[in-house]
Amino acid sequence: MSPIVKRKGEKFTLPSKYLLFILTIICAGAIILTFNTNIFSGALNTAVGYVIIPFEKGISSVGGWLSNRSEELVQIRSLLSENESLKAKIDDLTMENTILQQERYELSTLRELYQLDSQYEGYEKVGARIIAKDTGNWFHSFVIDKGEEDGIAIDMNVIAGGGLVGRIADVGPNWSKVTSIIADNSNVSGKVLATSDYLVVSGDLELYGSGVIKFEKLVDSAGKVVEGDKIVTSNISPKYLPNILIGYISSLEVDANNITKSGQLTPAVDFEHLEEVLVIRQLKQSMEE
Amino acid sequence: MKRKIVVTLLVFICFLLQSTVFHALAFGNIVPNLMIVLTASFGFMRGEKSGLLIGFFSGFFIDIFFGEVLGFYALLYMYIGYTNGKFNRIFYPEDIKLPMVLITVSDLFYGIICYILLFLMRAKFNIGYYFVHIILPEIVYTTFITIFLYPVILKINQRLESSEQRSAKKFV
Repeated sequence: MSPIVKRKGEKFTLPSKYLLFILTIICAGAIILTFNTNIFSGALNTAVGYVIIPFEKGISSVGGWLSNRSEELVQIRSLLSENESLKAKIDDLTMENTILQQERYELSTLRELYQLDSQYEGYEKVGARIIAKDTGNWFHSFVIDKGEEDGIAIDMNVIAGGGLVGRIADVGPNWSKVTSIIADNSNVSGKVLATSDYLVVSGDLELYGSGVIKFEKLVDSAGKVVEGDKIVTSNISPKYLPNILIGYISSLEVDANNITKSGQLTPAVDFEHLEEVLVIRQLKQSMEE
Repeated sequence: MKRKIVVTLLVFICFLLQSTVFHALAFGNIVPNLMIVLTASFGFMRGEKSGLLIGFFSGFFIDIFFGEVLGFYALLYMYIGYTNGKFNRIFYPEDIKLPMVLITVSDLFYGIICYILLFLMRAKFNIGYYFVHIILPEIVYTTFITIFLYPVILKINQRLESSEQRSAKKFV
């Protein structure tokens, strides 16, 4: 007799191997369906948004408060000694300041050349707080406390402290998931600011520990790119707005093919102590309108 | 019914802790895997069905928030729960060795599968680096957390079992 046939007066139970089989098929189906589409994300994101997000907001705000207090206590002592050395520094800096003011004039003329003066001030931004981070150790995505209700949509760029953090990968009503540029599965098209040479910046888990990310496919036939050069997002990227600072080149070497160069860059954002981010509410696709 | 509510709460709590508090307690950016501890424990404490259902829902949460596709982690955790359920026959609550070994092996399995499917498939061949810097630290940290978390889960399960037996007796 088959084990799933219902006998009289007995409560119907499904044997676990059948349940496993059914759920496996459901999972496999879901994987295939969501590989290219996001049909389920609407309903599911809304549901979990109201169940989980309030708790995460609470925990992270309490956690943030506690870590701030403990940091304050630690800092008081170092601040006292720092204060003295800083006072000495002020004198030096006043001196430097006069020189810098002269250089500033030079800078403003150079800025006009680059036409970067209104870098990202022109974009409409919304501030958000990080409330949860990836549960695994393989990728580095995180969840922020703003979502569709605050006008956030998939592929919007996320910045912090003047540098690129990543982009929105998924939205719910009151939360959204950010894929950071240091995650192993992320690639950004960038360019060297000084020479406008294009390159591809990709996150790498192997380099994550040393605080750098790698870049590849830099075609620099003139050989003008040097360490320390600024890398910004390129204008040919389909998802990232142009001229957002990514980081600075920290090492550079010629590839085996002798045509392209690759190396490592230090991101402009301190990803380890990231707490608040800004989301640019301007999509690249709708830039022309 | 009571069991369902308690277990759902446990999954919630573990997910919340893992995605928020434990990031503050991370050693060298490595977070312990509480969901594996929960899934594996219920697997060998209650059997295959419990294990696979809890694994499925734990993985599903991770999928919704952090997964690239829906169902990948659900599938992985579900099989871990189911396999742990196979050891239900040789499980005794007094014995701590079997749970520790099973949870460690589960986390190792989880790490290796993650590496193979998410990294090796993208031509990242440096398994030595990933094993030493990601998989191994996670196993050590998870095993360490298990020492504290497992007795709590065991107590909760024993409480539930005794209350279920009492209510079952009432109907006889």
